[in-house]
Amino acid sequence: MAASTDTTAGKTGFRAWLNKRLPVDEFVDSQLIGYFAPKNFNLWYFFGSLALLVFVIQILSGIFLTMHYKPSELMAFDSVEYIMREVEWGWLIRYLHSTGASFFFIVVYLHMFRALMYGSYRAPRELLWILGMLLYLALMAEAFMGYVLPWGNMSYWGAQVIVNLFGTIPVIGPGIVEWIRGDYGIADSTLNRFFALHVIAVPFAIAFLIPMHLVALRQTGSNNPDGIEIKAKTGTDGKPLDGIPFHPYYTVKDIFGVGVFLLFFCGVIFFVPTFGGLFLEKPNFEPANALSTPEHIAPVWYFTAFYAMLRAVPDQQMGALLMLLAIVVLFFPPWLDRSPVKSIRYKGWISKVALALFVVAFVALSYLGLQPADGLYVILARIFTAVYFAFFILMPWYTSIEKCKPAPERVSYHA
Amino acid sequence: MSDQNATPDDADLSRRKFLTVATAGTGAVGAAFTLVPFIASWKPSERARALGAPLEIDVSKLEPGQMITKSWRKQPIYVVRRTPEALAKLGGHDGSLKDPKSEASDQPAYAKNDARSLKPEVLVLYAACTHLGCLPKQFFTVADPAMGADWPGGFFCPCHGSRFDLAGRVFNGSPASANLRVPPHKFESDSMLVIGVDATQGAA
Repeated sequence: MAASTDTTAGKTGFRAWLNKRLPVDEFVDSQLIGYFAPKNFNLWYFFGSLALLVFVIQILSGIFLTMHYKPSELMAFDSVEYIMREVEWGWLIRYLHSTGASFFFIVVYLHMFRALMYGSYRAPRELLWILGMLLYLALMAEAFMGYVLPWGNMSYWGAQVIVNLFGTIPVIGPGIVEWIRGDYGIADSTLNRFFALHVIAVPFAIAFLIPMHLVALRQTGSNNPDGIEIKAKTGTDGKPLDGIPFHPYYTVKDIFGVGVFLLFFCGVIFFVPTFGGLFLEKPNFEPANALSTPEHIAPVWYFTAFYAMLRAVPDQQMGALLMLLAIVVLFFPPWLDRSPVKSIRYKGWISKVALALFVVAFVALSYLGLQPADGLYVILARIFTAVYFAFFILMPWYTSIEKCKPAPERVSYHA
Repeated sequence: MSDQNATPDDADLSRRKFLTVATAGTGAVGAAFTLVPFIASWKPSERARALGAPLEIDVSKLEPGQMITKSWRKQPIYVVRRTPEALAKLGGHDGSLKDPKSEASDQPAYAKNDARSLKPEVLVLYAACTHLGCLPKQFFTVADPAMGADWPGGFFCPCHGSRFDLAGRVFNGSPASANLRVPPHKFESDSMLVIGVDATQGAA
């Protein structure tokens, strides 16, 4: 890192005045220009900055939604319809927010897959991975509570199912469920507190975790598709030979990525905002009704893989436990992977097959979670649940016995 | 006093350490107590508790084989007047039930019997599926084509496929592991059912 030299030297006027009081230039020099990122980033390296972009979109659109939304049992559903029909451009602001939720998960899943593929979770980046996983957990909580707010019938019954998962905890479960809801059922009190958590508490947690994730990234430096440490080979100036300053090279690249992303994002908002019932489920266009369960309850697509695992077990306590384990196990790859190389490019064929099967299992479970829980669907869900867990449980074994190619000394530029 | 921060030679460091730990400890206990009002504020409020008072239902208008759905404490309650034929069928499928004697299920002692009710013909259940709280739908017709030829009549949960008989007992192969719960209830008179209290314990 450059920095810490006198950044006010040679500057005059307002810029010198400002930098004497607030280290703006020093920050830019150390965090953006002085931060050397590997030269060989590929397409997969767009999704981190895109996740940050979607976060900003969600905060901005969310602020404007709260100006019209009413977090009360009696008014919530109508206030959302009011936003859609009567607030000028309200439909756009709401579709930005609802589409943003799904796109948040799309870019985060791709971002996580990139890390699994190139071993970005491996030492010394374990904490970076854990901070990322905490962000993923916060995002799940944020998305779940946000989905309750429109107070449609799927909001209501989704909340019912998820909150009741806490009831499977032995002994204290029923008490905890009542405490979370603040009533004897999902009620006004539940909606009101979910609103508070959704617009204040969880966004604060996310806004804290994002800088932590970025600071940890700057401490270890980015991984790259070859999975080698660029800091190991430095030039006479002490800078990594395979690194380039993050700004302007990757800022420009990321801005190009933003342009492409917005094409897809706006395409969905303008032409298919409900995405055929995947982004906004059809039963949610009916108000919440405690006395009428939708024919078929399914969460939004980004939770359906875990939901399929929950339903694959014929015992509710075990099902909830398995679903919890499916998320907990995601924290552990830094210690499960024993391979001498980080990147999938140099790992053996077993790791490649394992990662491919894992992706197939996750996509298949996501599909199965949207289908009714009977017959063949349950059997398939059990098989893919086994594949999902096998990927992690067998990782110490297959990463240590397979024959790997040697990782190169310097980064490569194919693909 | 130019050297306030330096440790004098005769300082009792263990005493200083004890005081530091004691102060921090007292602060932590205070902080823990401060959490109590915030955590307790999430519990059902006085108003929610008042709205959860017992519910009276006149069951004299209920025809045999008919079911009504009422709401008590935001929880839908099923009240069914079972036909004598349905009651007679209850004992016939114990082998295919997870918990035929309701040993591991949640019901008041007076409903822990073969018909799972105070009065055999009047079945009172929480409508929430014991799996994840959806509402099981009524499939009271014996051998309903949707449920198969050996279906004795009962409930089917559309969410995750749990099946229950006409005493709310869960069939094998369902994701739910317990029978449908029975709320506390009593009869004020022959026709007046009260949900939320039982004759022995008073208000729940």
